[in-house]
Amino acid sequence: MSDKSRTSKAGPAARMPLIEALGVLLPLRGERIVVTTMGAAREWPKLSQHPLDLHYIPSAMGQATSLGLGLALARSEREVLVLNGDGAMLMNLGSLVTIVASGATNLSIVVLNNGIYEVTGGQRTAAGSLPAGAADFAALARAAGFRGESVKSFNELDAWRQEAAAALAAPGPRFIELVVEPVGAAYHLESPGPLAARLARFQQALGVGNR
Amino acid sequence: MDYPGDKVVEIFTALGITHVVWLPDSALGPWEAALERAGSLKLVRVCREGEAWAIAAGLHLGGCRPLVLIQNTGLFESGDALRNVLFDLGLPLLAVVGYRSYLVANSTDSARRFTEPVLSAWGLKYAVVRSAGELPAMQKHLADCIAARRPGIVLVGEGRV
Repeated sequence: MSDKSRTSKAGPAARMPLIEALGVLLPLRGERIVVTTMGAAREWPKLSQHPLDLHYIPSAMGQATSLGLGLALARSEREVLVLNGDGAMLMNLGSLVTIVASGATNLSIVVLNNGIYEVTGGQRTAAGSLPAGAADFAALARAAGFRGESVKSFNELDAWRQEAAAALAAPGPRFIELVVEPVGAAYHLESPGPLAARLARFQQALGVGNR
Repeated sequence: MDYPGDKVVEIFTALGITHVVWLPDSALGPWEAALERAGSLKLVRVCREGEAWAIAAGLHLGGCRPLVLIQNTGLFESGDALRNVLFDLGLPLLAVVGYRSYLVANSTDSARRFTEPVLSAWGLKYAVVRSAGELPAMQKHLADCIAARRPGIVLVGEGRV
C-alpha cells in the first residue's frame, strides 16, 4: 500500500461501515465543534444532537474545511472537527495548504472516502475512478504541509477504534482519512431543519451573540 | 492608482476588523506589509477566493469580524461560496474587491464589464472608490453595512490592465 500511515490487514480495498466509523468519534468528540457536510451531515445526526454540531447544509460544496478553519481561528481555545467527504475534499484541496499556513493547531479534518459522489446517487469521483490507493489523500495532506505524525488513514474498523484517540491527540492540524463503504439506497441528504435556528443554537452554545 | 496600505489598515482597524482573508492582486498586494504590521488584525492567506468566503463565515460564526480582500476576477470565481454564506447562511460579511481595469479609459476587459452587473444581480450594495482620496467613502459604506447588519462590498478602482 502506498500509504505508510494506513494500518490494514485486509488489504487496500477494505472499507468500514460509515455509521460505525463515525460512531468511533462519538465518545471522543468532547466539547469539540463538529462541522458536518454531505454524507456526514446525513449520518452524524443519527448519532449526535450536540449543540456544538454544525451541519453545513445548505453548503457550497467543498467549503466545509474552510468554514471549519474560520471557526478554529475564531475559537482558538476550542477544538474543531470537520467531517468532510472525499468529493468535497477534492473540490478544495488548496484549503489544506491554507489550513497549515494559517497556523491553526486546533483543527482536525476527517475525510470519509467512499470514492463516489454519494448524495447525488453514487457517481464515481475522479479519484474513485482510479485503482484503490492510486489517489492518496493522506499523501496529499502531507504534501500540503500537515506533519507526518498528524496524518492517518484507516480502512479497518478495529485499527480505527484502537488508534482514533491518539490520532485526535496528535499535534494539530490533523488529517484523518476513513475509507468507508457507500451507504447504498439511503443516500439522500435531507435538511436537518431551519438554518437560522440551527445557527442561532450553535452560536448560543459558543457564547457568541449575533453580530 | 496607489492606495496607501497604512491608511487602509487604519480604516479596517477603526471598523473593528479582526481578520483580513485575502488573495491579493497587483494593486492590493502592496498592502501586505501594512496588514502584516497591524497588531489589531490577522492576515489569512488563501489559495483560491472561494475559500475566503467560507473562512470568513466561520470567523463570523465564531464571533469575529472578518473582511474578504480579493480581486473582481476572484469575486467571479468564488460565486458559489459567496452565494452560500451571504444568502443561505445569511451572514453580513464584508469585502473589499479590486476592480481591475476600472480606471483604464475604454477598457475592453470583461472583468470590468461584468463586475457591477454581477453585484447588482446578487442584490448586493456596493460602493466604488476611485482614488486614495475617496477611501473615507470605503469606511463609511462598510460602517453603514455593519450598522445595518448587511453584507458590504467596496470596489477599489484599479488601472494597469
